[in-house]
Amino acid sequence: MIKSKVDEEDYWHSSKFKAFTFDDEDDELSRLKESRQAVNNIRRLVEEDDDEDDVERISWSGEPVGSISWSVKETAASSQRADREPAFPKISTDTPSISRSQSGYSLSSLFKGKPKVGNFQTFSDALTDSSVRLYAPELRKPKSEYKDYVSDWSPEETVQRLQQGKAVSLERFRTLQDKLLLLDHAIAAHDGNVITAVLIYLKRTLCKEVLFRELESRQTALRHFIHYLSETQNQRLLLELHRALGRAEDAALLQYKEHLSITDENKRRDFLKNCLSLPFSAEDLAHVQDHYTLLERQIIIEVTDRQAERGGKVEIFQKFPRKALILNMPLITTLYYCCFYHYAEPEGTFSSPLNIRQTFKISEKQYFVTALAARAKLKAWLDVDALFASRNWLGFTRKKSPLSFQRVVDILQKNSAPTHVLQDYVALVDDGELRLTLAQKHKCHDIVISVRSADAVQTYRDMKDRQLLLGYRGKVVRGSAEERKIDDLLSNPQIRWKN
Amino acid sequence: MMRLRRSHLICCAASKEKMAAHLSYGRVNLNILREAARKELREFLDKCAGSKAIVWDEYLTGPFGLIAQYSLLKEHEVEKMFTLKNGRLPPADVKNIIFFVRPRLELMDIIADNITSEDRHHSSRDFHILFVPRRSMLCEQRLKEQGVLASFINIDEYILDLIPYDGDLLSMEYESAFRECYLENDQTSLYHTAKGLMTLQALYGTIPQIYGKGECARLVANMMLRMKREFAGSQNQILPVFDTLLLLDRNVDLLTPLATQLTYEGLIDEIYGISNGYVKLPPEKFAQKKQGEGSKDLPTEPKKLQLNSAEELYAEIRDKNFNAVGAALSKKAKIISAAFEERHNAKTVGEIKQFVSQLPHMQAARSSLANHTSIAELIKDITTSEAFFDNLTVEQEFMTGVDTDKVNTYIEDCIAQKDPLIKILRLVCMQSVCNNGLKHKVMDYYKREILQTYGYEHMLTLNNLEKAGLLKPQTGSRNNYPTIRKTLKLWMEDANEQNPNDISYVYSGYSPLSIRLTQILARPGWRSIEEVLKMLPGPHFEERQQLPSGLHKKRQQGENRTTLVFFLGGVTYAEIAALRFLSQVEDSGMEYVIATTKLINGTTWIKSLMDRPESPTQ
Repeated sequence: MIKSKVDEEDYWHSSKFKAFTFDDEDDELSRLKESRQAVNNIRRLVEEDDDEDDVERISWSGEPVGSISWSVKETAASSQRADREPAFPKISTDTPSISRSQSGYSLSSLFKGKPKVGNFQTFSDALTDSSVRLYAPELRKPKSEYKDYVSDWSPEETVQRLQQGKAVSLERFRTLQDKLLLLDHAIAAHDGNVITAVLIYLKRTLCKEVLFRELESRQTALRHFIHYLSETQNQRLLLELHRALGRAEDAALLQYKEHLSITDENKRRDFLKNCLSLPFSAEDLAHVQDHYTLLERQIIIEVTDRQAERGGKVEIFQKFPRKALILNMPLITTLYYCCFYHYAEPEGTFSSPLNIRQTFKISEKQYFVTALAARAKLKAWLDVDALFASRNWLGFTRKKSPLSFQRVVDILQKNSAPTHVLQDYVALVDDGELRLTLAQKHKCHDIVISVRSADAVQTYRDMKDRQLLLGYRGKVVRGSAEERKIDDLLSNPQIRWKN
Repeated sequence: MMRLRRSHLICCAASKEKMAAHLSYGRVNLNILREAARKELREFLDKCAGSKAIVWDEYLTGPFGLIAQYSLLKEHEVEKMFTLKNGRLPPADVKNIIFFVRPRLELMDIIADNITSEDRHHSSRDFHILFVPRRSMLCEQRLKEQGVLASFINIDEYILDLIPYDGDLLSMEYESAFRECYLENDQTSLYHTAKGLMTLQALYGTIPQIYGKGECARLVANMMLRMKREFAGSQNQILPVFDTLLLLDRNVDLLTPLATQLTYEGLIDEIYGISNGYVKLPPEKFAQKKQGEGSKDLPTEPKKLQLNSAEELYAEIRDKNFNAVGAALSKKAKIISAAFEERHNAKTVGEIKQFVSQLPHMQAARSSLANHTSIAELIKDITTSEAFFDNLTVEQEFMTGVDTDKVNTYIEDCIAQKDPLIKILRLVCMQSVCNNGLKHKVMDYYKREILQTYGYEHMLTLNNLEKAGLLKPQTGSRNNYPTIRKTLKLWMEDANEQNPNDISYVYSGYSPLSIRLTQILARPGWRSIEEVLKMLPGPHFEERQQLPSGLHKKRQQGENRTTLVFFLGGVTYAEIAALRFLSQVEDSGMEYVIATTKLINGTTWIKSLMDRPESPTQ
């Protein structure tokens, strides 16, 4: 862990957090080692038996043998050679299989009354009505179900029949008033399925204006209708609905969403351009505008770069052939691409990183990270260096960075920067101890030795870390001034070493 | 050891049918519910007389696996099973083809394609559809439009509302419930919830007391009371098993699922994802190397493990804070090692016999220990990483109210590194929730950075998060989160991970708000926190359901009460662990059974709210 121990402790003491750290690593998690050891030891004892007597019957994929998902695979696989061998022995159909259930009632018997089964009695059939009543009297059929032969059900009964999945005709609800009454009963039942069924009927038999008007005062039904239209991809009616109800922003977002299904980039760009006239919120509109501008640029860049690549004259495309099209990539990815292929271009071109930064108001940090990663990837260390250059009023240059040098080192290291580059930046890390940790992690021993040796020795001394200092002694030049200084410190009886 | 010969397969399938014993260990025997569901399945299969093949919507095989095994289907003449795919159905010499599907339009199109590709002259197969969990008008209409509706002899539904997952846990596995309720305002899932609760009451007796908090909770309670009225006149004669039902809206506590769970099971879910009681793990740690074998065939397929309380060791450690798991495993290792050492002491034939008879049990224990040691090692690699530590630090800062009103540098850095979008959204939403909304400037900054880095189309997702209340601009009102935190003691300084004395151990300091509400309801009662309840969204209420005289429980001295807590919109494993902890506290006097629309974690939850999470541009 990079966070140094002292630092960490300070942190935990100063703030109130003290949770889920692994301070007591030695006591707790290392105990895993004990159990690992035990597992391995025991395995040696019982190895021979392993295969035969293991109590678990699971296939390697972990499905218990005989589980449904396992069997789907098994039976499907065997069907390919079905003509040769039947997958599983066929059960004779002559002998009725008797239900093995211990429990004598099923959910359907609770909800639907007696189940209709073949010509043999199941356990549940054998139970008398009274036992069903005993278990689930509340769930027996409501009275209305007995009127199966009458056809003029009330709205309430119609809704109940719909809920039970029974045939029912909605045609008898002819007047607007009847239809709305039916809808209200459906809403009151909260069954989305029934509400949708009624809505489909209303959509068919009412004119749009009336339907929209009535839905406005019935928010639940309205939501279901919107869901229904979007499921069935009735985009046009959906937009009309949103507009009629004054839900302009919803309508705009919905229309914007459609761009995802357009694959041709030019058509997509034109579509986005049209979206700009939609009634978005000011904030969303700015995003859509950016989206459009970005795609427009990507198209231009793509055309130019493809030509350059094919022409074979531009070195960078030869050395690093493009792996994917830049079309439809996010903005930062595009910026990275431009920092990679078009870094030095003047600010006037579409593909210039600076131009992109300006146009899309990319934050300083984002720009910096992206440019750094792209130039490091190319091992353009001079460019990397230049990113940090800043002149103060006396004309001295010094390195400045909007992100911590620790992160800078991190990014460089991820792009496999060589030690001599890394060490320049490791050296700029403010925190002395952190600097040393990083130097050790990235094996930049010489920075500590040659440039900051005094500091290092001092830091180890401050940390009272004898072991580190000893280790460090091994890395300095034999007989050098450094070594003598370290020896002095090591033999100094005044220092109370912690190890 | 995992590879089996074919001859093994069939004979052991039948014995596996009884493996749901762990469902009956709990306070409430949930096996009754499972048995009822199995019965229903048998009855449907028997309706389609003759041999049959089932075509599965693959998603359903998981939940169905918790209800039945293949052997049950085979007993009812199911000879083949296929996965639902476009094109022609595979050949199968059967009388019936049954489609087991969720009511989804895209699946209807595949079914229609299957049927139109059938060779009508040579085939005389009967087609059936079983919708799970409900028939759908929309789907049937779609089949009609495709001109295949008339081909079906039988269209039915299989009501699988509440699936028993463990001795104290039921889930509807209704993935879109939260999105439908809070984004689309579609109450269908609530209707299913109410139906499921009616089934539960039919099996376990009327629940005399109903409490609730939140809009959806209110609606479910209303529907239940209404359904009960519709059956007025008949009385449920079962002695009530549950004393209380507590309905909780997920949006009453938006914070908890956003935090990283720190229990063993919670971390397994956060890192690898538990689906229908199974987890898939990287295989390397599980490879068995034998002497002389070298490492020639290392498996490349993920290792799949079933996780439930049927496994003794797992039941013991699943709800512990991960920092306490190492100790528990090493303790177990010592016990098992000692047991194996016993063989040296076995001198007489009788003693040896006894040792041998215990061997299978001991080997099961060993293999369970081996598995969990491996999993714990995998998780430890992650929890000890810098990235995990930094992420957790920021979460804890937010939860304790540190700097929630500024742009957070860590989030900024994560965006610059292009960390997964869901991770970013989790953190930003958490900051928003802990600050009762973000300042305009902060929100705009985050949005811009996210859209620039991950693509402008995510505007739609950000919009959804705003609609669901997870992300919101600060309004004039004061930030009331600190008051809620203090009153409900959501942050405990001295969370004890090893020997917990409070539920806050599940998040190493943070006590899940939802569970605090549950705890306070049991004692001293919600009246003590009226003020805070008003700050949280939605109404809170209490209803009573009349019991027939004679069914009133005569409670024994010291007998615990049982509460069913129903989480509308999802619950996390850490919250479940916290409730189990409360059940075990000696003087709590309350035991909890947990039900939910879906088992979630921050990632799956945010994902369910995203618009096109896999956009074509990525």
